[in-house]
Amino acid sequence: MAKYLMLKHYRGAPDAVNNVPMDQWTPEEITAHVKYMQDFADRLRESGEYVDGLALAPEGMWVQFGGEGRPAVTDGPFAETKDLIAGWMIIDVDSQERAVELAGELSAAPGKNGEPIHEWLELRPFLTPPPNITDCVH
Amino acid sequence: MDEVLLRSLTPSVLGILVRRGADFAAAEDAVQDALLEAVRVWPADQPRDPKGWLVTAAWRRFLDATRADAARRRREDLVDEEPAPGPASAVDDTLRLYFLCAHPSLTPSAAVALTLRAVGGLTTRQIAQAYLVPEATMAQRISRAKRTVSEVRFDRPGDVGTVLRVLYLVFNEGYSGDLDLAAEAIRLTRQLAAAIDHPEVSGLLALMLLHHARRAGRTAPDGSLVPLARQDRGRWDTTLIAEGVRILQAALARDRLGEFQAQAAIAALHADAPAAEETDWVQIVEWYDELIAITGNPIARLNRAVAVGEADGPRAGLKALAELDDSLPRHTAAAAYLHERDGDLRTAAKLYAEAAHKATNHAELDYLTRQAARLNSGGSVPTDQ
Repeated sequence: MAKYLMLKHYRGAPDAVNNVPMDQWTPEEITAHVKYMQDFADRLRESGEYVDGLALAPEGMWVQFGGEGRPAVTDGPFAETKDLIAGWMIIDVDSQERAVELAGELSAAPGKNGEPIHEWLELRPFLTPPPNITDCVH
Repeated sequence: MDEVLLRSLTPSVLGILVRRGADFAAAEDAVQDALLEAVRVWPADQPRDPKGWLVTAAWRRFLDATRADAARRRREDLVDEEPAPGPASAVDDTLRLYFLCAHPSLTPSAAVALTLRAVGGLTTRQIAQAYLVPEATMAQRISRAKRTVSEVRFDRPGDVGTVLRVLYLVFNEGYSGDLDLAAEAIRLTRQLAAAIDHPEVSGLLALMLLHHARRAGRTAPDGSLVPLARQDRGRWDTTLIAEGVRILQAALARDRLGEFQAQAAIAALHADAPAAEETDWVQIVEWYDELIAITGNPIARLNRAVAVGEADGPRAGLKALAELDDSLPRHTAAAAYLHERDGDLRTAAKLYAEAAHKATNHAELDYLTRQAARLNSGGSVPTDQ
């Protein structure tokens, strides 16, 4: 049992195969895409592997400590060159193989012309709790 | 009210319902409902015969649920007659439930969840919290698991090895929330040991007790990991150690060695040493050889290399390590440690930092980062394991 984070990028990931921006799709293609994502999450709920998922707004800002007694410093919106995360889903699965299989499935979401986007998803394991059986910690 | 006592009645009550003709999935739901009712009612009105009360309550729930389902009318006719419980004993029922919940057709996570609920009597919410997943997700996992085993015959014996692997997982992996999964795993393994006479069940129970005994010494007040050699042995639970050693010795005397007995023997040698430097590393290496002969497990080979480093010196340990695949988990951490023991602090610091990047749990990441930081900042406190 291991938890993985699947990260979807607005930009910053390597180019997808079907790499057409969403504003150039037909409304029906957008609907089909959104439905694919929802159905995917529903299947994971049904299989007992879903933990959490949320989408992020494209706009945001950097925030930094401004020094003692001063307000925090903000900077933004993000520069065009920055990696921009679009959203995430957390899954709880039996193996890394299963996590890769699911990320691959999500990457097949339809885009322009109903063709799979082949988008690159970032797959990151969460740190686990420490095991109880530890004879050899070094 | 003693909730652990209440939950310990779960498997025998469930077994009785199944032998009366209820299907496993419906019976399991009914027993859960009866347990929840007991938690509500018993504090004010403790029944004289708790098990009888649970059987009656669960059976009533089962009949209600069955009647409510019009499509199941025919089955209702079948079960309404309350056939005699039959010749099987509560011990047999308990054992069969363990086998069913660890059935090889289940994935490990499904087997763990089903075992905790149907054998352990825990609620779906408790199990979900223990594994940090939403309750709805855990409910799905459990109901799918029940569907998966719905065709499995209840009266067939299973492989005790699959049950032991599930219990090992419950003990070894879990978040430290309100529910103490390690204690629950020990309870379930004790219950299994009472139902079946098998040296490997004893081996696993001993292994759990010996590790659980050291739990208080394993973390510092700030939550960081304390390596075995630096643990305050005064904080180890000597009663649990004595029990673990006694159970292990009785198992070993039967001369049917298995992987859990071998692992427990290693844990016992650590527990037995009054101080880290008095550890009998030569015997530990021998037990790793036994363990490797049984399982061929690469992690055991890695741990053996570290033990060789203690028994015969760090050069011997590094030589043993060099023969292993360096992509093994914790290979880099072991190399870092052995290099430090060998006096090559520069290499050790580099390897500790590298090992931290490969760590899979937070405590280990933190520990390895601190090891690298200690060497990089010229710290001279000797590392001990």
